[in-house]
Amino acid sequence: MKPGIWQRIGFYAIVIVIVTQAVFPFYYAILTSLEDGQALFEVNYLPKALNLTNYRAMLAEGVFGKQMLNSVFVASVVVVVSLFLAVTAAFALSRIRFRGRGLLLLTVLSVSMFPQIAVLSGLFEVIRFFGLFNSLWSLVFSYMIFTLPFTVWVLTTFMRNLPVEIEEAAIMDGASSLTIIRRVFLPLMWPAMVTTGLLAFIHAWNEFLFALTFTSTDSQRTVPVAIALVSGRSEFEIPWGNIMAASVIVTLPLVALVLIFQRRIVSGLTAGAVKG
Amino acid sequence: MATVELINVSKSFGSVEVLRDINLSLEKGKFVVFVGPSGCGKSTLLRMIAGLEDITSGELRIDGQPMNEVLPAKRGIAMVFQSYALYPHMTVFENMSFGLEQAKLSKPEIEARVQDAAKMLQIEGLLDRKPKQLSGGQRQRVAIGRAITRDPRVFLFDEPLSNLDAALRVDTRLEIAALSERLPDTTMIYVTHDQVEAMTLADRIVVLNGGIVEQVGSPMDLYESPASEFVAGFIGSPRMNFLKGGVAEAHGAATYGIRPEHIALSDERGDWSGRVVLTERLGSDTFVHVEVKGVGPVNVRVEGRADFASGETVYLSPDPASVHLFDPQGRPVVRSVTP
Repeated sequence: MKPGIWQRIGFYAIVIVIVTQAVFPFYYAILTSLEDGQALFEVNYLPKALNLTNYRAMLAEGVFGKQMLNSVFVASVVVVVSLFLAVTAAFALSRIRFRGRGLLLLTVLSVSMFPQIAVLSGLFEVIRFFGLFNSLWSLVFSYMIFTLPFTVWVLTTFMRNLPVEIEEAAIMDGASSLTIIRRVFLPLMWPAMVTTGLLAFIHAWNEFLFALTFTSTDSQRTVPVAIALVSGRSEFEIPWGNIMAASVIVTLPLVALVLIFQRRIVSGLTAGAVKG
Repeated sequence: MATVELINVSKSFGSVEVLRDINLSLEKGKFVVFVGPSGCGKSTLLRMIAGLEDITSGELRIDGQPMNEVLPAKRGIAMVFQSYALYPHMTVFENMSFGLEQAKLSKPEIEARVQDAAKMLQIEGLLDRKPKQLSGGQRQRVAIGRAITRDPRVFLFDEPLSNLDAALRVDTRLEIAALSERLPDTTMIYVTHDQVEAMTLADRIVVLNGGIVEQVGSPMDLYESPASEFVAGFIGSPRMNFLKGGVAEAHGAATYGIRPEHIALSDERGDWSGRVVLTERLGSDTFVHVEVKGVGPVNVRVEGRADFASGETVYLSPDPASVHLFDPQGRPVVRSVTP
């Protein structure tokens, strides 16, 4: 049946509401980042001028570049380490029978249950004890708390769905466990790994609370904290232009990553069906 | 000489015993089929020979050497899996060469072996393709090819035809028979629940039921002299008629067995009279289901065409030489004279 005119109007109205709700805040950030001085405080919904002063100011300021690198470093190391640990753990959890396997899986899951704020003070003590305070490794370490349960679970589920016979065929072919992971499982798991890796990256990239607590100097901060702490010439001035420019800059890497991997993400999210 | 020997082999999963005291000696170069209903332990037995399952107790020997603790890849065996289990991300060539690579063979040697196997199975043109670009039958050949390149002493097949459609199944069955002719020194062990595959392929059939070996023998041995009621019912299609009560007691047995093809049907006279319930026409044969008064339902095979209306009265005469009698435990009773 063909939808009537009102149904179609209703449909597009809903689409517009959803798209506006999702995109408008970011659009307004871009708009604001391109304005300067008094223009900032005039409400307008279309760009009036292309003024890159804010971007120049942000990038010329020495520490912001370093902070970008901090974010890239932390997020990348978190992704690499958690994927490595998760793949090996997923192999054990999905393919090796041992006592307490179900309990272990539930424990892994329950770790992600605690609100960040609840573990904050305890974690702070741990990090001080290891002498990691104000070091990027404190962030790498603490971000594993939320990336690992997620990656381990997704990859375990995914690996469980890979046919056992493929693994057995590899055993008959004389491949060792590590060879099986590397030559047989990894190539089949790429979509799932890209998806989980990207989500872990986004999570680590956006994290604010731990980054605020565990670092104390500008040069060790990651971008979300840095943006929140950007200060103006006086304590009464909030430099919206600079903040918005910085916000746009931190978003771009994520947009780029998602665009590059979008086909992989879709196939990863619907994965599980690896029919020979 | 025996290549594969199983001595008092048992297997338990936890407290459940799935195989009990299996003693088998499989001759070199023979085609052996393990057959039985699902859950009888036939696949487990195959996987134990392959090394994919541990042996709980007893000993497995291949060419006289104990194999219990030997890694699967070092046993000189190759296996074709039910779902083919090809590596989906590798080309056909890579699928066939993966095992050889793991065995650290030289490049030219690998190339030569893969080409030989591909030629034997007529899949030379497919070597660059991925498994998903192949049809079911082609995948099956690649799976067999992968096994051949390893040049095994023992070839294991785990229900290799069950994923193919009926027409392809018959073709592939013939090809597997031809393959075993071409590899006269290789012992083939083939697991199936289909007694037709067992009858047509096997030199020797091992019938398994409930974790024990019911009978071992050539297909015709099993057909002509089944060692138990179970084997009698399992081998042969359609199933043997089993009659209890008066007919059996008259022969001093608990069960009276007669195959549908060993009963003569007539519309004038015979030993039993009954009413036709149903006829199944296959073209070459007709199966007539008859309800015999005082005996029970009996299935009769008539060659060619036979037209009976339901309810029609017919007369049956079982061939006395082909009657099988069993005691209450399902063991054969020494045959007495004439019905």
